Amino acid sequence: MQREQMNIVIVGHVDHGTSTLVGRLLSDTGAIFPSQVEKVRGICLRQGKEFEWAFLLDALEAEQDQGITIDSARCFFKSERRDYIIIDAPGHKEFLKNMVSGAARAEAAVLLIDAHEGVRENSRRHGLLLSLLGIGQVVVAVNKMDLVGWDEAHFRAIEAEYRAFLAEIGVVPRHVVPIAARDGANLTTRAPEAPWWDGPTVLEAVDGFQKEAPPTDKPLRMPVQDVYRFNAQGDRRRIVAGRVETGRLRVGDRVVFAPSGKTSTIASLESFTNTGTTEAAAGESIGVTLTEQIYVRRGDVMCHMDSRPKDSTLVRVTLFWLGRQPMEPSKRYKLKLGTAAVEAVLHEVRSVLDASTLETDSQKAHIDRFDVAEVVLRLRSPIAADRNQDSAPTGRFVIVDGYDTTGGGIVREMLEDAQAGLRDAMYRRQFEWHKGHVLMSDREARQGHRAGVVLFSGGAGTGKALLARHLEKALYDRGLNTYLLDGNNVLLGVDHGESGDHEATREQLIRRYGEVANLMTDAGLVVVSTTNTIGLADHQKIATLVAPAELVAVHVDPTAGSGPPQGPTLSSDLVLSDVSDVGACTARLMALLDERGFFHMGDHAS
Amino acid sequence: MDHLDRLESQSIYILREAYHHFKSLCMLWSIGKDSTVMLWLARKAFFGHVPFPLVHIDTSFKIPKMIAYRDKLAHEWGLTMVVGQNTQALGEGMNHTKGRLICCGALKTEALRNTLSGAWPRWRMNAEGRYEEDTNREPYTGVIVGARADEEGSRSKERYFSPRDKNNDWDVADQPPELWTQFKTDFAPGTHIRVHPLLDWTEVNLWQYIEREQIPIIDLYYDQGSGRRYRSLGCEPCTASIVSTSRTTDEVIAELLTIKTPERAGRAQDQEDPHAMEKLRREGYM
Repeated sequence: MQREQMNIVIVGHVDHGTSTLVGRLLSDTGAIFPSQVEKVRGICLRQGKEFEWAFLLDALEAEQDQGITIDSARCFFKSERRDYIIIDAPGHKEFLKNMVSGAARAEAAVLLIDAHEGVRENSRRHGLLLSLLGIGQVVVAVNKMDLVGWDEAHFRAIEAEYRAFLAEIGVVPRHVVPIAARDGANLTTRAPEAPWWDGPTVLEAVDGFQKEAPPTDKPLRMPVQDVYRFNAQGDRRRIVAGRVETGRLRVGDRVVFAPSGKTSTIASLESFTNTGTTEAAAGESIGVTLTEQIYVRRGDVMCHMDSRPKDSTLVRVTLFWLGRQPMEPSKRYKLKLGTAAVEAVLHEVRSVLDASTLETDSQKAHIDRFDVAEVVLRLRSPIAADRNQDSAPTGRFVIVDGYDTTGGGIVREMLEDAQAGLRDAMYRRQFEWHKGHVLMSDREARQGHRAGVVLFSGGAGTGKALLARHLEKALYDRGLNTYLLDGNNVLLGVDHGESGDHEATREQLIRRYGEVANLMTDAGLVVVSTTNTIGLADHQKIATLVAPAELVAVHVDPTAGSGPPQGPTLSSDLVLSDVSDVGACTARLMALLDERGFFHMGDHAS
Repeated sequence: MDHLDRLESQSIYILREAYHHFKSLCMLWSIGKDSTVMLWLARKAFFGHVPFPLVHIDTSFKIPKMIAYRDKLAHEWGLTMVVGQNTQALGEGMNHTKGRLICCGALKTEALRNTLSGAWPRWRMNAEGRYEEDTNREPYTGVIVGARADEEGSRSKERYFSPRDKNNDWDVADQPPELWTQFKTDFAPGTHIRVHPLLDWTEVNLWQYIEREQIPIIDLYYDQGSGRRYRSLGCEPCTASIVSTSRTTDEVIAELLTIKTPERAGRAQDQEDPHAMEKLRREGYM
């Protein structure tokens, strides 16, 4: 029988004694071998210091030289109740990124406050961050009680102050315990100095934390990590791999992949060692095969039809910022949520909170390092996500700036964007579609390339129509099934010169155009479309209408700075300012389509 | 799910993230218990396949049984096996008598660095089981390593995805944030990422898993009748066996639950300096 295991984090302001507490706890519970204590004794002796419990954790040379914790350490210890990984987090503000890295791995926390110094800046900041990281179970320890003569009134004052702060951020500590970590008082054994204390020791309080069961009774969420086809040794399986974050699934379940909207049925659960498994549940890393060979990609979330997450390009979040550069509305970032990664901009700053004082600033337009902010993010393409309170694993994210993670946060609400109505219509259409015996996925599999749309936009006379024709020819020459959809031809035929209210007509035009393109992608074609009717603002609408086929948007704009090509904007994949060299532009587009996986079935094969 | 199920699921998740993000990915296989368990986890993650090469740095001082075991398993499991070595230092007579840390630096760290970067030749096992020079000299940008947090202090501070700079150095004082399972997968050209799927496993967890999965670990870890066994494997001159009569995995687990010495006590290079392992690892040692 295996013992229960739990990850807990110890946090607190710098020098309030987290490493001392952990070192002493490890030693008192027999987790540290005498030889390791001797090694630390030797180091302290050489440095001419008293014995430092903290050195058992602060193993790095720089940490011991400076007497501070730089990075979170994982330590292992056992109580009678269970096994623990205890994460000792640094208290220095400079190392907040290391504190949140450690705390994000934890299920429960001990917050440490120095009885002599009282509640300090990081006592509050760490409390707030713990609540954002979703750590609901908290015990507070008031340390160094020996320095205040184990005075109960002093202890009660700190307790009251800190409880009031935690109440403001919705945290209720299970216990507040007076301790002296260095002497081991009220850690694993009771402090004789405090006969007035009848509450638990730190170890008893920690043992009182409840292990949360995996969320198997919530709606199914399995973010797709990858799609494998290992051709080695004659293996023909096409396996959709991922971890079930919440809920459960069975072979035979009808599933939908959000936000692409593709549907299929689970044909099998694959496993290297356990063949014949037919069920999986939250927490398991699995692989499934599907009855239809639909194009599924990383970032899609596999779920059941009747309990989809929300899809949107507008997300209201609470985020904390760790970047040395502030977060600014003019910059582009990458948002990573589940297995999805998408470009994001700061759309609206609703309020900025100083995490150490809880003072809000509603005028601020950017977010500084260590700030916590309520903002709306706008994404380049929709993602499927849940409110954090409904499903933490699919309701939290990080922000990447360049190569570095510079922030993180939780989803408060998936807002309705301009595509919400169209997206619902698309899901309905998918569901009600009268299918033939030959599916889009069959067509894609036989022709060996995916269906999709390349949408050219830009003003009249910019050269986009000629470029579109060259691209169609290049795709055709490469052996792809492709068709040039010129906006004029849709106007001539499908729209038949209808007139009426201008805006309503325009909306209808776009909708019809999208539906025509959708029929063509359903027939397996790569549609190359060029029209003056559809502008930059409409790219998302067409993308929604042709989903689950993929859309690549190319905007031609001679005024968009000099030289080709410009990077993606939030509404197009490529901006071309100069299309005079049609050959070079065509080659650039072919490379882009290759990058986006148009020329194969998108599996991670080896 | 029990604790081993959770550890396994997390490790598989990490391995799949690594495979997705790194075009040039390899796994370091030291033939020891940790990296052999990691190899087993890769076979589970990828449904019986191991879709990247296994890299072994051969110091030439390994216990001969280890090399035989390596090649046998590589053949049986259809692994892409790549071996690197500091042939120059060996030619000049490098060994542990020149100083253990100097020897580790040359035969392990330097060999590893240059094998990963492709600066030195790599030898790849062919279909007949012989090693020939690998034509692929592309640098590996993702390197999967079997380090565990409970082994020693500097490993306890590692990230699951840990960047190494252009000189292969680990900036331990300034590691990137790592939230939940959002790992660092963006990196500048010329740098690479070390991936640590076993960080949360303890020595006992590992042996419990070996027992549960019946993983064929090299028999040097078991008493073969001499009343001694290895607890940690390395180069022959610098690795001491321990007194033990544990002949089976179950007996090893029972022994570890009561043992009072650290796992790496038999590894001589660790004892050279209080920060020996941190120093070695900052420069690229696994």
